[in-house]
Amino acid sequence: MGQTISEKIISNHVGRKVFAGELVISKVDGCMASDTTGPLTIKAFKEMGGTKVFNPDKCALIIDHAAPSPNERIANLHKMMRDFAKEQGMRLFEIGEGICHQVMVENEYVKPGDIFIGADSHTPTYGALNAFACGVGSTDLAAVMMTGKIWLKVPQTIKVHCSGKLKDGVTAKDLILFLVGKITVSGATYQAIEFCGEAFESLSLASRMTIANMSSEMGAKTGIVHPTGLELDYDFSAITPDEDANYIKTFSFDVSDLEPQVSAPESPDNVHNISNYEGTKVDYAFIGTCCNGRLEDLDIAAKILKGKKIHPDVRLIIAPASQSVLLDAMSNGTMATLIESGASLITSGCGPCVGTHQGVPADGEVVISAANRNFRGRMGNPNSNIYLGAPATVAASALEGKIMNPKKYLI
Amino acid sequence: MSSINTIIEAKAHVYGDHIDTDRIIPGKYTKTLDLSTLANHVLEDLDPNFNKIVQKGDILIAGINFGCGSSREQAPLALKQSGISVVIAEDFARIFFRNAINIGLPVLEIGKHTIQKGAKIAVNLKEGTVTDITANKIYTATKLPDIMIAILNEGGLVPYLNKNGNYTL
Repeated sequence: MGQTISEKIISNHVGRKVFAGELVISKVDGCMASDTTGPLTIKAFKEMGGTKVFNPDKCALIIDHAAPSPNERIANLHKMMRDFAKEQGMRLFEIGEGICHQVMVENEYVKPGDIFIGADSHTPTYGALNAFACGVGSTDLAAVMMTGKIWLKVPQTIKVHCSGKLKDGVTAKDLILFLVGKITVSGATYQAIEFCGEAFESLSLASRMTIANMSSEMGAKTGIVHPTGLELDYDFSAITPDEDANYIKTFSFDVSDLEPQVSAPESPDNVHNISNYEGTKVDYAFIGTCCNGRLEDLDIAAKILKGKKIHPDVRLIIAPASQSVLLDAMSNGTMATLIESGASLITSGCGPCVGTHQGVPADGEVVISAANRNFRGRMGNPNSNIYLGAPATVAASALEGKIMNPKKYLI
Repeated sequence: MSSINTIIEAKAHVYGDHIDTDRIIPGKYTKTLDLSTLANHVLEDLDPNFNKIVQKGDILIAGINFGCGSSREQAPLALKQSGISVVIAEDFARIFFRNAINIGLPVLEIGKHTIQKGAKIAVNLKEGTVTDITANKIYTATKLPDIMIAILNEGGLVPYLNKNGNYTL
C-alpha cells in the first residue's frame, strides 16, 4: 500500500513502515518554544527530571511574542529563558531577531523530511519545506527537549488540489483564506493536509510558508506543500507521496478566477470575496506575523504605497518577520517607501497579533490585518473587530481608509 | 488513578462550538508562571461572569472543536485553576486535548449532546461515561489511546516522565 508524505516522514523516523491510525513514539529532529510557551516548558522540563536537552544545536528558544518586554513580569520570564539557554548551551533568539517560525527556517533548524515540534500552534509553517511539523503545548515540548522523542498518532491525510494559476494581484494569502473558508476551522482536526497542484507549484518559499501556516486554522496536525517547484539554498531530497497513497478526503478547486479574499470577524473561516466587504471603514492596518511578514509581503505593500500617503484616519503598523527580512527591506528601498507613506515600524516579532502590546485596538475599532487569526479579543481588545486579508489588501485598505481590492494598484 | 478522582458529580457550565483558546484565556494574561492569576480571567471574553459562578469540581461542557487556536497550555491550566474538574465536549482541537491530559485535566469527547446549562452531571472516568442526571441520559466517551490513559493515571506528563524517564507504548 502506498504512503502519504506524512506516513513516509514518520516511517523514516521510527524505522518501519507505518500508516495512518498507528500510535508511534518517534524521534524528533528539532524543537523550539517562544516566550509564551518557553517559561512553562522550562518549568516542566525541570520538574520532569530533565537535566540536558537532547540536542542543544537543534533546540531553540525565541523571544518574539512580547518583545521587547512590556513589563517587569515578562522581563523576568525572558531572563529565565536566557539563563536556561546559556546553561544548556542552546541558542536563544533575542528580541528583534524575528518570529520563531521565520528564524527556524532562516537558520536551518528545520529541513525537508524532518520531524519538528514547536510549542506554538503555527509550527505547521515548516510544511512549506516538505517537513512534518506539529504544534504542541509547553509540557509536551519539555518532554521532547528531554527525550528527543514524541508520541503521536500517524495522521490521516486530506489532499487539497488546486488547479489553475492565481491572477495578478491575487496571492498565496488569498488562496489559503479561500481554502480555510471551504474546509472550515475544524475541517482538518487531527489530520494532515497535502497541498498540491499547479497553483502551488510556482509559489516562493515565503508564499508556501503562508499556505502551510494556516493549516492550523483548519485544525490540522500538519500541512505539507508538495515539493514540486520548491527552491532552497541547499541540496535536499524531496519526499513525495506514492501514487496509491490513501487519502481520507480530496478537495479539488480551480483557482484561476479567484478574487482577493477577506476573513471577517470573528473566525478565520468566515471567508468571502473581498467585494462583500469593500467600503468597510478601517481604523488600523497591520502587516506582519508568521503568516505574512516576509520580504515579498512588505514589497507588495510598498508597491501599492509608493509615493502616496496612507489615509489620515488610519494607522499602519509594520512588523517584519525577522531582522533579516528587515535588513532586506531596508536595502531594497521597501522600508523607506513604507515609512514615507506613513507606516510605523515596530520590532520584528509577533507584535500586535497576540494582543499583549505594540498596538492594541480601541473599543469599536476595525482592524484589517495580514495575520492568521481574528478570534474575538485576539489583538487584546474584545470590543474591536478584526478582518484578515493579504498584505496587498491591507496596504490598499490603509491607503483608502476602507477595505479595498488591491487589484487596481497592482495591474 | 492516583491524583485524579474517577467519579465526579457536579454542575454543568455549558457553552457552544469552536471556543478558541483566546476566549479561554486571552493572550495578554498568558505570560506568567503564577497560575492563580489565570483563573481570574478564564473565559472572560465569552462569559464575564464565569469566574464568579464557577465552583470547585464543576464540569465544563462544550460543542465541537473546543480549544482551537493557540497552543497555549495556559488554557487548560486556567480552567483547572478555576476549579473545573473535567471538560466534556462533542470534540476537541488536538493541541488543547493533549495539553489537558498533560497537565492532568481529564477531557472527554462524547459527540453530539443535548446537555443544558445547570444540568447535574455524573462522570465515571474509568468507564468513560457521562450521565446527564437532570435529563436522565447517558453518553459514552471515545476511548483515550493507552498512552494518554497512562499519562492521566499518573496525574499528567510531568509525573509520568518523572516516574518512567521516557515514553513507553
